[in-house]
This record gives sequence, C-alpha cells and structure tokens, in this order.
Amino acid sequence: MAAAIEVAGLVKRYGALAAVDGIGFSVPPGTVFSFLGPNGAGKTTTTEILEGLRRATEGEVRVLGLDPWTEGAELHRRIGVIPQDFRFFEKITPKEAIEYYRALFHTHVDPHTLLEQVELADKANSRFDTLSGGQKQKLGLALALTNDPEICFLDEPTTGLDPHARRAIWAVIRTLKREGRTVFLTTHYLEEAELLADRVAIIHRGKIIASGSPAEIIRAHGKPARMSVEGSPALAAYLQMNLGASAVMEDGKVSVTLSDKGDALKILTAIEASGLPWSSFSTTQDTLDDVFVRLVGQMDEGALKSEGTP
Amino acid sequence: MKMRHITADLRIVSRTYLRNPVALFFSLIFPIILISLFGLIFSTVGTGAVTLVVVNDDHNSLVSVEFLSALNDTTVVKVQLVSVSAQNFSTYLGQNDYPAGLVVPDGFQNDYYNRTPVNLTLYTNPEAASSTGTVLGAVQGVANGFNLRAVCSGTSCAPVVGFTTLNVGSQVYKYIDYLIPGLIGFAILTSPMFSMVDIASSYRKDGIFRELSLTPITRAEWLTSRIVWYVGLTFVTAGIMIGAGVFLFNAHVTLTLGVIPFLVVGPFFFVSLGMLAGSVAKTPESAALIGNIITFPMMFLSGTFFQVSSMPPGLQAFARILPLYYVIDGMNQVMLFSNTSRALLDLLVVLVGSVVVFLLAVRLFKWRDE
Repeated sequence: MAAAIEVAGLVKRYGALAAVDGIGFSVPPGTVFSFLGPNGAGKTTTTEILEGLRRATEGEVRVLGLDPWTEGAELHRRIGVIPQDFRFFEKITPKEAIEYYRALFHTHVDPHTLLEQVELADKANSRFDTLSGGQKQKLGLALALTNDPEICFLDEPTTGLDPHARRAIWAVIRTLKREGRTVFLTTHYLEEAELLADRVAIIHRGKIIASGSPAEIIRAHGKPARMSVEGSPALAAYLQMNLGASAVMEDGKVSVTLSDKGDALKILTAIEASGLPWSSFSTTQDTLDDVFVRLVGQMDEGALKSEGTP
Repeated sequence: MKMRHITADLRIVSRTYLRNPVALFFSLIFPIILISLFGLIFSTVGTGAVTLVVVNDDHNSLVSVEFLSALNDTTVVKVQLVSVSAQNFSTYLGQNDYPAGLVVPDGFQNDYYNRTPVNLTLYTNPEAASSTGTVLGAVQGVANGFNLRAVCSGTSCAPVVGFTTLNVGSQVYKYIDYLIPGLIGFAILTSPMFSMVDIASSYRKDGIFRELSLTPITRAEWLTSRIVWYVGLTFVTAGIMIGAGVFLFNAHVTLTLGVIPFLVVGPFFFVSLGMLAGSVAKTPESAALIGNIITFPMMFLSGTFFQVSSMPPGLQAFARILPLYYVIDGMNQVMLFSNTSRALLDLLVVLVGSVVVFLLAVRLFKWRDE
C-alpha cells in the first residue's frame, strides 16, 4: 500500500539557517506517526510543509500522493489540521463554526455528532471567547474532522492543557486510528508519543536523530535493562566473577545489566548463594524520555565541541 | 467564485459584527451623534450678521449709499457690494451660496427725490428661514425710515421706497445638506478601513487566515463577503444619517436611485484598500499606522465635514487625488445638484480605482507563507 506521507531529502532554509536539514521518513496509512523534538527543532516547519502552508527549499514531499504546495487545494479537502494554540472567530459558537466549515467543504456532517465525538456537545452554543484552552483545542479537532479527512495533522494538540483535557484529546486520537485514519502527531510530550504512536521520529536541529517504533528506539539508543540491589562492592565482584555479568557499583547500589528477562532470576539465585548481605532490589529500563534527553544532549554536546566552545 | 462560500462567510461576518456592541454602536448610534453634533454646531453659526450681497445699479448715488449704509448700521446684515449684472444676480447668489441679495435699481435717487415709487429687488432663500427673516426685517425697517423722512406730511404717508422679493435663482444649500453626503462618505471610509486594516493584521497574527487557507474558500471569495457586508452596513448607516438629517434638521436631500452606486462602490473601494494596507504591514502596530496615514487626511479633506470649495486652492488640488472626494462629490451631485454627468464621472473614477485596489489586495494578501 502506498505511504500516506512520503518525505525524502527535505530541506527548508531561511537565509543561511537550515530549519529542516535533509530529512526523510515515510508514514504508512492508518498509523499514528509522532514527530518529536525540542522547541525550535524543525517540527512545525516540517508539518507546515506537509500541510502545504510552506514551500520546501529542496526535497521531495508527497502527501496522499499529492505535492502539498502546488496541489494544496485538492490536498486540503482530504486532510484535517489542528495547529498549535487553535484560534477562531471570537463571537462564533462551536456549532456555527462547524456549520461554516460544513458549507465550505460541502459536507453533510451533523454538528452535534461531531461535537459529541470530541466531548464538546455541552458547549455547542457557547461563544469561542468563553471556551477554555482545552475546549478550544477540541473545537479545532472537531473542525479538522468536518471534511472526514484521511490524514489528521495535530501540531502539539495538548500543549498547555490540564491532564483531564489531555486525556480527552488522546481518546479522540485513538478513535481516529480505530477509524483507519492516519495521524501525524507533533508533540514534545514523550509520554504522549509512547502511548499513542506506532512510529516515532526524533528531530533535532533540523535532522532526524532516531526513528522507529518507541520500543525500537529505546532498544537502539537506550541503556539495557538493569537490576539494582542494595549491597556491597564485594557482592558486585562476586556476581561479576560467577555470572560473568556486568555488575558495577552505582549510587551505592549493585547494578547488574539484564540481557533478557530470565537473567533476573539467575542473578537473584546467585546473590542468595553468595551469602553476602543484601536487601531490596528493583529493575529499571530507559523510557523514550530518557532516550530523547540523552540523544538531544549528546547532539548538543557534539555541536558545542565542533563550535569550539569550552 | 462560489456563492455558497460567500454566503457561509457572510453569516460569520454578520454574527461577529452583530454580537459586538462596540461595532453596533459605531454603525447605528454614532452616525446619529455625528449628524446631531455637527448639525447643532453649524446651524447656530448663523446668529451673527447675515451677508447681504448688493448690486448698486444707481452708480453709488448719495441716497443709495446712504440707504446701504443704514442697512449696515442695523448690524443684523452686512452689506457686501458686488459688480454683477442684475440679470445674472440670482444665479450668482445661488452658485455662491449667499443667503440674500439686493438690487438697487438705476434711478433710485431720482425717483426718491421725485417722490416716484421705486422698487428694490430683494432675493432671499425661503429654506434659510432665519436669515430670510433677518434680511426682510432690516430692509423693511430701513425702507420705512426713508419713506417716513421723504413723504410724510400731516396724517398721510405715501410710501416711495418699496421692494419686491424673489427667491434666489438656484437652491441655496444649508450646511446640513452638505453634511449628510459628507458624513455618509465618512462612514464609507472609516468603518471598512479601520476594521479591515485590523482584521488583515490580527487574523494573520492569530492564525485565522492559516485556518481559512486550509479550507476551500478563496481569498477573493473571503474579501467579496466582507465587501457585501460593508455595502449592506453602508445602506443602513446612510439611511440612519439621512433620516436624522431630515427629521432633526430639516435637511434637503433628493432621495434618488442614483445614490445607490456610490453606496456600493464606496465600500468596495475601502474594504479592498483596508485589506491592502493591512496586508503590506508586517505587524498590527504598523498596520494601524498605515491605516491612519491613509484614513485621516481623507477624513477631513474630502468634503466630509467641510466643503472642498471652501478650502485653500492647494488643499483643493490635494483633495482631488483622494478617492473619497469622488465618492462624496458624486453623492452631492446626485443628492443635491441632480448633476448626473458629473456624478457618472465620479462613479467611474471610484469604480476603476476599486477594481485595481481589489485585484492588488487579493494578490498581495497572502494567507500562507513561502
């Protein structure tokens, strides 16, 4: 099946600055693709190029097989977009806003059904300027769905929202996926990407520094899983000698690398057999958050060194 | 261009507008305040001496000079001598907006000395009731004095100096008559200009144009819906102003269909110009500045509050490069002077300007970035 979004060698320059510097990725239809990156990494620029709102300097971009810049009018009938910090006409109600979009897109969607889908039906007749931040984002989501889009672009849809509103948006994103739509989700909440995305790309300084499923990225770039035990350096030496495992002292604890799940049982048995004193144990594994922080940190460090900064 | 898109957007514009108390105040109440304010200020200006324009065909004879001097001494009229033929005098008064004129006939002194009845000709404007009353009273009083001095003997007085009154040749217009087309022009200029300049910059800043760019509505359709809205609003405002002028100040306006093209083309021009000004500005602040630079000179120099013909020649020349001048002049031509050919010329100027500015605005106003 053809990719919903196909990007190759994409570059966007503003003067000498390359906001996006030769990135490429592919999003299969019906999946949730999350684009992660710190502020200023190039996420919004890339997203706007995909939406046909900005022109690429170089590279190949196809969304639903269309060139977003030259075939924007056709593309906009088939995609839905919620920008960061969605704004609309202040004196207009959500119901009227959907009726407006319905007339523009010439669709027959029922405003009430759509507002129920985004949990905003109780505010159908409230003016936009009286809605909370979360309610405004929900209206943005409802409007993005008015034309029954094949791809939904959500640019940091939960930024600044309270935990309840954030979860409501997540529920809608899951529904979109169930309905077979492709979702392109830009976020800087790692937890959000880990929970919702099938595939993730981490962008920093205009380049993609990691991509794959969240598990693949953690496997490729995270530290291995570890077991920590309250114990002495002697215990660490014992485990190293008897198990051949990498056991070191870390923050006053014995830290042993786990190659697979079965290792945990072997290690506990060896600890018991050592006769050395020990107490509580725990296992830890890197999250996408840890990987993200490490990768971005390494890249920033590398950049500082190459710029000759002490 | 799709009507469905325009009507959908028009519903949004009208709701936005009608739910905004400030916008409603400026559209519906402010015109009445403006008319009342200017009408009251300028209708009381005439409490000083009324200018009485005089043609003295009696070659400055002693009696005629004495008569005119006595008129001046009343202090309620101010005699102003002119050299115009008696035949053209009526037209001269009308063209120059003089409220009253007097012709002293050739042979006035001789007739007076010979006790032969002689008639002065007094031109007045019945619509300017207060100045007419003042002039009539002054001339009547001075003539009575001359009659008493000349002929009264015993118990009978046979008047020698009489006068016939005629209306001035063409209509003399009051300030309020000019004020109505002027203030309609003011509304045609200010309401769309200030609003569109603000919309052009704030919608861009708030990302609303970005939202719209993702829908099938085009920039030309969006701008057309704004123009349609402001045309409708202009009809309401013009109706209010005409009503207030006629009922409060007894203004004289001819309600003709000829005014309609100006109420359509005027907003067409200024909605487009506002959009153009807002589009070329980088920030809302600079948009407001550009809007003010364009709007304020036009607001005062195009014949809104003061007739262009009463301004110094340099400013008159400047006024003629201002688009609003042609809108107001055109409305004056159809509402006051029934001068269709000049109105058509004015209309043509505004129409051509509107099409050019509309096309420029659609071209330069971008709702997506490179």
